[in-house]
Amino acid sequence: MDVLVPLPFAVPLLVAALLIGLQSHLPHWLNDLIAVATAATVCGICCVLLFMSTKRPLVYWFGGWVPHQDVAIGVSFAVAPLGAGLASMVALMVAAALVFSIKYFDAVGSMYHGLMLIFLAAMSAFCLTADLFNLLVWFELMSATAYALTAYRIEEKGPLQGALNFAIVNTIGGYLIFSGLGLIYARTGALNFAQIGRAVSSQPADSLVVVAFVLMAVGFLIKASVVPFHFWLADAHAVAPTPVCVLFSGVMVELGVYAVARIYWSMFATAFNPHEVSVRAILVGAGAVTAIIGGVFCLSQTHLKRLLAFSTISHVGMFVSGFALLTPLGLAGSAVYVLGHGMVKASLFLCAGILLHRFQTVNEAQLHGRGRDMLPTAILFFAGGLALGGLPPFGTYLGKGMIEDAAVSHSYAWLTAILILASMFTGGAVLRAGARVFLGLGEPDEDPAGAEGKEEQPESRPTGRTPVVMMAPACVLMGLGLAMGLVPGIAPRTEVAAAQFMNQAGYSQVVLDNAPTLQPTGEIEPAGPNPFQIASGFGAAAGAVLLAFAAVYRQRAPRAVCCWAATWLEPPLQRLRALQSGDVRDYVTWLVFGTAGLGAAFAFLLR
Amino acid sequence: MSIYPWFVVAWLFVVGLWGVISSRHLVHQILCLAVIQSSTYVLLLAIGYKNAAAAPVFATNPPTVPAVDPVVQTLTLTDIVIEATVIGLLLSLAVQAWKRFGTVDPDRLRALRG
Repeated sequence: MDVLVPLPFAVPLLVAALLIGLQSHLPHWLNDLIAVATAATVCGICCVLLFMSTKRPLVYWFGGWVPHQDVAIGVSFAVAPLGAGLASMVALMVAAALVFSIKYFDAVGSMYHGLMLIFLAAMSAFCLTADLFNLLVWFELMSATAYALTAYRIEEKGPLQGALNFAIVNTIGGYLIFSGLGLIYARTGALNFAQIGRAVSSQPADSLVVVAFVLMAVGFLIKASVVPFHFWLADAHAVAPTPVCVLFSGVMVELGVYAVARIYWSMFATAFNPHEVSVRAILVGAGAVTAIIGGVFCLSQTHLKRLLAFSTISHVGMFVSGFALLTPLGLAGSAVYVLGHGMVKASLFLCAGILLHRFQTVNEAQLHGRGRDMLPTAILFFAGGLALGGLPPFGTYLGKGMIEDAAVSHSYAWLTAILILASMFTGGAVLRAGARVFLGLGEPDEDPAGAEGKEEQPESRPTGRTPVVMMAPACVLMGLGLAMGLVPGIAPRTEVAAAQFMNQAGYSQVVLDNAPTLQPTGEIEPAGPNPFQIASGFGAAAGAVLLAFAAVYRQRAPRAVCCWAATWLEPPLQRLRALQSGDVRDYVTWLVFGTAGLGAAFAFLLR
Repeated sequence: MSIYPWFVVAWLFVVGLWGVISSRHLVHQILCLAVIQSSTYVLLLAIGYKNAAAAPVFATNPPTVPAVDPVVQTLTLTDIVIEATVIGLLLSLAVQAWKRFGTVDPDRLRALRG
């Protein structure tokens, strides 16, 4: 059955080449059908791989170049449940985005389908590979396709600038990873995760290993859009076609978090073991800052796609702080959260796409009260807001609760407060936008033609009714997000998979020595769902609803409160928003400072 | 091996970054990215370099002859392919900017804010 392993990238690459080659000879519907069927097939294959890899990772050596005396000459894939799960989610999202696109674009050439399938191939291979250089190649392929998709409507200024910002910042991230890879190759003479891991852990971590880890981690954290590397994300999301945003927010950004976890637990965990407390402190800190800053920005947006983009940044902060606890429960919490959040966020983006399709704008002020007759979209949108707030039984509450449990048992109880606050901010922002757009609550803004509305250009000709192919994927994804929290045993099973993921010695034995099983490592705590998680979920969701009401009716607040807010809250918020200047030179400057800061923190704490 | 290549690597990386940060011309900015990338070529080749070693071609030499590391050279080649793709894509965006909006000054291409 190992023959299945290369299919998740081989099939979409071949079909993409076919579609682009035949582009003028195929009717539209056939293009759509082939592309959707391919993505669905990949999703099925990845699900099979997920269930086949629960005992031990499936290792596949390309061209039969198996390792010889612990030296890996060939390139290998090692399919573990977490990676395979992520890959199947990637394929599901691509399928949903392609279905949504059928009626969405005016004239979509088969180039679009080809690009989407290449994007799918790169992302799913990224989840499965076990070779550092191979990981970088998929990273670059994924990035290049993403730049092209962002600039799909190249005839406008916005997409052009968004794509340039995205591309320049992420390309520099790629170079940082490359430099880290060079340094680690210089030390170990290896490119396979398992072999590097063995060589690195044979001695205590010295400065070269730390520098290599920091360079690679920063590169992947840029992709994950952790503060202060996050600026590109909002620009790219604001201008990319909506189905593409679904993929950016739902899975691509999360792949950055996955990559940091993958390189940490396959190569550096043993060597960094004496410094575990410091590593945890640095990464949890970065995650918490990201969660809060993303949440605050999210609340202050009126451009729906930007609002959702900042909510993604906030959630990435939560994912990072989850795996940064360096326990099986924390990592499993992040994994469940990624899954639940991805479904919900994708569905919300599709709702924004439906609004854009119908009214040619996604500006909250311009849309005020215009969505009153869109009942299904409204229900989805509110459900999405509550789910981001962490309402049980959406998958998000379970992931959040697991991270909170892990935080409490490792004396990071304050992280619980951060997580609840961030959930309230992001959920509250979506609910506020929903209340204003679909219910017409609150007063309309005096200046509905705000500056933010201009960058969004219509992507399709409006129709009176929402087409079924646009509604269906949004409903299915939201339903899956809801069902995820109800799957029995999902939390303990993910925890076992996470504990296997963290077993560095066992991983290298499976890859290099063909060991028959991979044992879980670390302490297995009860995963849930438990009453504490449910209560925290309901609490955060209720907080989100209250926050949304406060935001909708902020003009009716007592004068004293208004004055206080105007003097103490507005100026720092204005200053924060001014940082998001749209100028890539500022973003690169922040990137340099962030890299230096993270490097200094690691150098200081890992002396 | 001498220490000088490492200085060249650091210099190229930093000067390229400075170019990206201070640029007022899209093409200049994109080529500064290529300068940063050149630092990774030098880094990789420096890692594989050995004094007085032959090229890693064993058709005429016996396999025991000291040779430079062929793996990093392969990585460099792949790196160059990646650069060709990304820089090509970015330059095509710059060409589009010039065709559509008549400017390649990043300051005059602003459409996104806050």
